[in-house]
Amino acid sequence: MSANGSEPRKHTISVLVENKFGVLSRVAGLFSARGYNIESLSVGETLDPSVSRMTIVVTGDEFVIEQVMKQLHKLIDVIKVTDLTDDSHVERELVLIRINAEPQHRAEILRTADIFRAKVVDVTAVSFVLEATGDEGKLEALIELLRPMGIQEVVRTGKVAITRGPKTRVRRAPASKPRVSEDPRVVGFAD
Amino acid sequence: MEEALKVPGARVVLECLKREGVDIIFGLPGGAVLPIYDALYDFEGLRHVLVRQEAAAGHAAEGYARATGKVGVCLVTSGPACTNLVTALQDALMDSIPIVALTGQVPTHLIGNDAFQEADNVGITRSATKHNFLVKDGKDLGPIIREAFHIAVSGRPGPVHVDLPKDILVKETELIWPEKVTMRSYNPNYDGHPGQIKRAARAMVRARKPVLYVGGGVISADAHAELRELAELTRIPVTTTLMGLGAFPSEHPLSLEMLGMHGTYYANMAVHHSDVLVAVGARFDDRVTGRVDAFAPRAEIIHIDIDPSSISKNIKVDVPIVGDCRRVLRALIEAVKHEKEDAGGAEARKPWHDQIAEWRATQPLRYEWSDDVIKPQYVIQEISNLTRGEALIVTGVGQHQMWAAQYYKFTHPRAWFTSGGLGTMGYGLPTAMGVQAAHPGRPVINIDGDGSFQMNSQELATCFTEHLPVKTVIINNSGHGMVRQWQRIIYKERYCAIDLPGIPDWVKLAEAYGCVGLRVTRPSEVVPAIEKMLSTPGPVVLDVVVDKDECVFPMVPAGGANIDMILAPPSREARDKAERSQTGF
Repeated sequence: MSANGSEPRKHTISVLVENKFGVLSRVAGLFSARGYNIESLSVGETLDPSVSRMTIVVTGDEFVIEQVMKQLHKLIDVIKVTDLTDDSHVERELVLIRINAEPQHRAEILRTADIFRAKVVDVTAVSFVLEATGDEGKLEALIELLRPMGIQEVVRTGKVAITRGPKTRVRRAPASKPRVSEDPRVVGFAD
Repeated sequence: MEEALKVPGARVVLECLKREGVDIIFGLPGGAVLPIYDALYDFEGLRHVLVRQEAAAGHAAEGYARATGKVGVCLVTSGPACTNLVTALQDALMDSIPIVALTGQVPTHLIGNDAFQEADNVGITRSATKHNFLVKDGKDLGPIIREAFHIAVSGRPGPVHVDLPKDILVKETELIWPEKVTMRSYNPNYDGHPGQIKRAARAMVRARKPVLYVGGGVISADAHAELRELAELTRIPVTTTLMGLGAFPSEHPLSLEMLGMHGTYYANMAVHHSDVLVAVGARFDDRVTGRVDAFAPRAEIIHIDIDPSSISKNIKVDVPIVGDCRRVLRALIEAVKHEKEDAGGAEARKPWHDQIAEWRATQPLRYEWSDDVIKPQYVIQEISNLTRGEALIVTGVGQHQMWAAQYYKFTHPRAWFTSGGLGTMGYGLPTAMGVQAAHPGRPVINIDGDGSFQMNSQELATCFTEHLPVKTVIINNSGHGMVRQWQRIIYKERYCAIDLPGIPDWVKLAEAYGCVGLRVTRPSEVVPAIEKMLSTPGPVVLDVVVDKDECVFPMVPAGGANIDMILAPPSREARDKAERSQTGF
């Protein structure tokens, strides 16, 4: 439903949750129960070991993303929900690529790896495993360049993201959409 | 940590319930919760009502919670007991009813081993509750039960489930009782945004065709007095949802009664033509809106709700106000009074009130009278008359539920108990038990259908043994009437799987359970039978054999626009209308 006319696009949502049993299942269950599709999800502990951060990439129009944010916030174990998409932030993903290492391709693979600042983490007579980090675009480009040489397997972590600059509250209410939740408390912060 | 004394975990659970102010629990024992029942044996001040099936314990807790505004509590064992309870949990979730459900679980060292009567209780109830807990350490019992009650009753109320492994209940532990619950991840917002309230007040005063659309949130926030004050101050007509019945007196001159799929003609017309629609504690359910793009198409929509996720979920809202209905309405009354001085006055709204009066006069709720066969609507009207709208009315789900909603004249909040969101058949009798337990001296009438009642009729045994004198009126049309109605109007009279031909004999069934059974088949017998039922001391089942061809009107076919109401028994034109609007659910 794109009732407000906005186009669906990818959003990176950062969620702070209580580091408790069952929280991942609550978040995953919410997405499946309401028909939202998670493109990637990564979870890890924060500086405070009682708090975990989930970085979720989800595609939707403004209407869907507003509901996703509100529904996440409604979960009792969720402490804070932030949509990083329109804020200045850094996104990284890690990929491990197992690739055929035919003699005629070995040099080309290593050159490409070098350009992308990827590391060779495993070598055999017939294969390499490369490790690369970067944003989605860079990793896609690397994979596309390597594909003709015979990729055997790709393992990706899913995205993690952090805002740029010193720590501030960086949630802007978009000014051009007066019909959707002008109330700053619609998506509230528990803290 | 005020008591160094160690007692079994089961005892800690009961002590916590007592400290939370619980005086009654609805339950059914079994292996994993036996330690609690053992502790209950000589525990003072807690009444236990033994139900016959676990879902009934959940519904009874719902009835108690809705009648009192307090948290209802149920207690059942592990595995199949918990899975039986799921329906009641989901029901409470959708209708925002505060209950705490305690279930037993196999001992912690057996969890995950497919032990006897083991199920992944918290996994199963996760999506059917507002929150749930698995207790893994006896020291957590106090804090978790305290949080469970806090979560159930605060913010948008809902069911909370606490799963209790047997070893935790057996092992001795100290009671840890936090005086205050503080949760960094859960702090509902109660006060509406002042700027938004001002905007809403301005829109309401400026409006020429305003309508208040009121849901169950007004009842759970106990905001009926504020609602009435605001409606009378602004002279804005009020329509309520199924869940909101009782929030505003049905016979008040400003009342439009219920809106939506089986709402009144005048309520649906008024909402459709409104220029400002003020939604208070309602959630724009599909049974209310009909086709979303045709719902109140010209209205500026103000939405007051405690749950941010209800806002702009189904319908885009112009003025969202997140907060407790009572506090927001109170602030809105002050804001409107402030605005009023420079506004046009009530005269500008006269054409609107005249228009509504005309709709009301041309299309009132109506049915055809018969001298030979009992019309179901007539039964509800007489129950309403004979109790002067003062009874506590519970229903099952189906045609009888809609007729009760349409024809019973509600005077007070917390006097109407129905499964709104989930539409749980069999809800009536067990819920009525909870209502009766909360108000032992007041008349509780379960208006049920013959299909719906059969889903929980075993609870007549509970009514009898626990001295809960619930009066059940079965609107008996020998079948699943609402399904029949849809098959008749929408599926071209291809009747399938709807007949419940005359069995069981309800009078004999009532008598088998120690209750009084009565039956009427003629219109002239209805009033004396209801009087007899009301004056009989114990539980009574009154079987009213009604016209099985009667349908609920008005009716908006699912997915149709609300102004496309079918007002009378299906003509060709009505059937075409239904076919055009049908979207398949």
